[in-house]
Amino acid sequence: MDFGLSEEQRQLKESARAFLSGECPTTFVRKVMATDDGYPGELYDQMAKLGWAGLIVPEKFGGAGLGMLDMAMILEEGGYAALPGPFLFSSVLAASALKLGGSDALNSKWLTALAEGKAIGTVAIVESAGSIDARDISAIATRGDAGWHLEGTKMFVPYANVADFIVVAGKHDSDIFLFVVDTKSPGVTIRTLKNLDLTRRVSSVELKDAPAERLGGGADLFTKLIDVAAVAVAADSLGGTERALEMAVDYSKVREQFGKPIGSFQALKHAAAEIVADVEPARAMLWYAAYAQDTDAADASRTASMAKARLCDIYSRGTDRAVLMHGGIGFTWEHDMHLWFKRARFNESYFGSPAFYRERVAVLGEY
Amino acid sequence: MDLQFTSEEEAFRLKVRSWLVENMPTSGLSDTREGRDDKTWLARAKAWQRRLYEAGYIALAWPKEYGGQAMDPVRQSIVNDEMVRARAPYNVGASGLGMLGPTLISWGNEEQKQRYLPKILTAEEIWCQGYSEPGAGSDLASLKTRAEIVGDEFVVNGQKVWTSGAQYADMMFCLVRTDPEAPKHRGISYILIDMHTPGITVRPLVQMTGDRGFNEVFFDNVRVPRKNLVAKLNEGWIVANATLFHERNMLGSASGSEQRFNRLLALAKSITRGGRPLTEDPVFRQRLVELETRVEAMRYHSLRQLTDQIRGKNPGVEAMINKLVGTELNHDLATAAMEAMGDYSMLSRDDEAALDHAYWPYEWMFSLGLVIGGGTSHIQKNIIAERGLKMPKSR
Repeated sequence: MDFGLSEEQRQLKESARAFLSGECPTTFVRKVMATDDGYPGELYDQMAKLGWAGLIVPEKFGGAGLGMLDMAMILEEGGYAALPGPFLFSSVLAASALKLGGSDALNSKWLTALAEGKAIGTVAIVESAGSIDARDISAIATRGDAGWHLEGTKMFVPYANVADFIVVAGKHDSDIFLFVVDTKSPGVTIRTLKNLDLTRRVSSVELKDAPAERLGGGADLFTKLIDVAAVAVAADSLGGTERALEMAVDYSKVREQFGKPIGSFQALKHAAAEIVADVEPARAMLWYAAYAQDTDAADASRTASMAKARLCDIYSRGTDRAVLMHGGIGFTWEHDMHLWFKRARFNESYFGSPAFYRERVAVLGEY
Repeated sequence: MDLQFTSEEEAFRLKVRSWLVENMPTSGLSDTREGRDDKTWLARAKAWQRRLYEAGYIALAWPKEYGGQAMDPVRQSIVNDEMVRARAPYNVGASGLGMLGPTLISWGNEEQKQRYLPKILTAEEIWCQGYSEPGAGSDLASLKTRAEIVGDEFVVNGQKVWTSGAQYADMMFCLVRTDPEAPKHRGISYILIDMHTPGITVRPLVQMTGDRGFNEVFFDNVRVPRKNLVAKLNEGWIVANATLFHERNMLGSASGSEQRFNRLLALAKSITRGGRPLTEDPVFRQRLVELETRVEAMRYHSLRQLTDQIRGKNPGVEAMINKLVGTELNHDLATAAMEAMGDYSMLSRDDEAALDHAYWPYEWMFSLGLVIGGGTSHIQKNIIAERGLKMPKSR
């Protein structure tokens, strides 16, 4: 029985912290926020050199062949730094979909390029309903002599604007399958949406008889992708909550009112302590959720859902409190607090709300 | 990360499980906290702890020379889990086992360890905690119970309050003021008092549950041998905090929450509301999962701390939240159960129509008591902020 991080995992986390605090401080994040595509290419080249791009890609496709618990170390630090760009969507979600459902031929093309940092992938599930629920998916997949084609409009697709390929959910008869679409194919129209969290970009993706390759597995693969996404977003949320707490606590030690640091007042102490009390047990749960993915544990879906619901709730509540602890300065554009405040809201809705995941737990638990 | 137990550990778990099936008392003791002041109950409760001890299931991690088995903490956690799973009765000697024992192992001298530890295990001596006073609750260090040194003895005068189990305890670990001139944290000593000494009066207090669980304890020229001092004179505050650390971990223990959640879920499944089981009500389903998620998180949080303990890592801020989170979670579980019960939540255990002998209404009250006892949630938050986050002290 050993419930903790390995020495390698701790080192991975420490090196990610050191790398991102040097290369991705908020001054840098703000520069990326102001660009059109929201994608810091040079930073991503460095990340690929560190092996992050292909961290969970199998070795046979040029990756490091590590698992979600290892990846969670980097995702947590990405959340802490408010890392902009497609990392989570490409190197975790798209990579997982291919790893689990891609043919060798498909993976040799996309997964290898992804692991080398030469291709960006993303995932497109949600449509106009703004919901991850399979019942809200209506993009139609048809099979003709020339293979599969997709028809429909996907919404809120992260970084479709810079992606080389997209993993798309589509319906054939009444079953959900995942497909890979090359963004350069005819029939693919991408329009970047204007969203609140500028550390991320989202687009609509219109598919008009767009050629697609089907991934193996149907509903199972979709379920598995939901699990991976839940764990990944939860890990990002953990790091973001830690950062918001740290900023609020640091500020409370220097800002003085009534002749003393505001951190000496119990109202602020209790707000900060409540965030700690939320975060620490959730951290342990995230570790388990990631481990359950890596070991295909029987409760992998259940625990991934719990981690997503819990950590997204904690992140939203925690950043809300952290803005409040800052007072007026926390409400300004100049102060960095709103980067995490908005990122928390993105995480909360992305790939399903806490309520969606709680219902999923209830169904799995046969309530 | 490796969550596999070894085959020896799995075999041990099964052994504990079947032992509990065969040996658990079937009547006269329950896993609730009612009826604790009756003599028959006390005799049965002591006998039960003794039986557990003789079977090798008490304080497994304690050193062998004091009656323990020097096992790693995993074995103890397996026993704890199985006890909760079987709904085994509380150990009557919990204060000694969970609080004083670990404190003495770290801070007691050899004579004290030899003298007191073995009898904690066998329930031959039951301990109570003499901390709070009428004027010293959250501000514990302002306590006034005075101990003056006269010859080889302390002479103790003053009053303690909210003393659980004092009505049947044999011994008390007690904080007393030995230097009234020193700053408040530096004039406190930690002493061990025989509750049968002349001059001690125990007056029961009735809790909001109607039970006599805690007491006022009065000291009138009570003579305590000087050798009953733990650690150095006037350095009791640090020992007091060691005990509080153990107390808070005990109160925040995760395994009790799992059992309570399972009981809540079974309750919700059994209740029909608007023609369907309450578990199919979309709002209540959400609430149940939210609670289950918090329970799960605490389970992993405990496993993480168990691992840190095995790895020899000093506890950090993560250990400071156990009491706050665990006790509030238990109260929230009970509150949800009260809502699930609808109007049955009105009934006391004296009414024959009460659901499940009114387990939940009493759990609902007791659990709020534990949000207060051992340092209120507000005090826990101050500790997390000041010691964990290094936020400036306000006092």
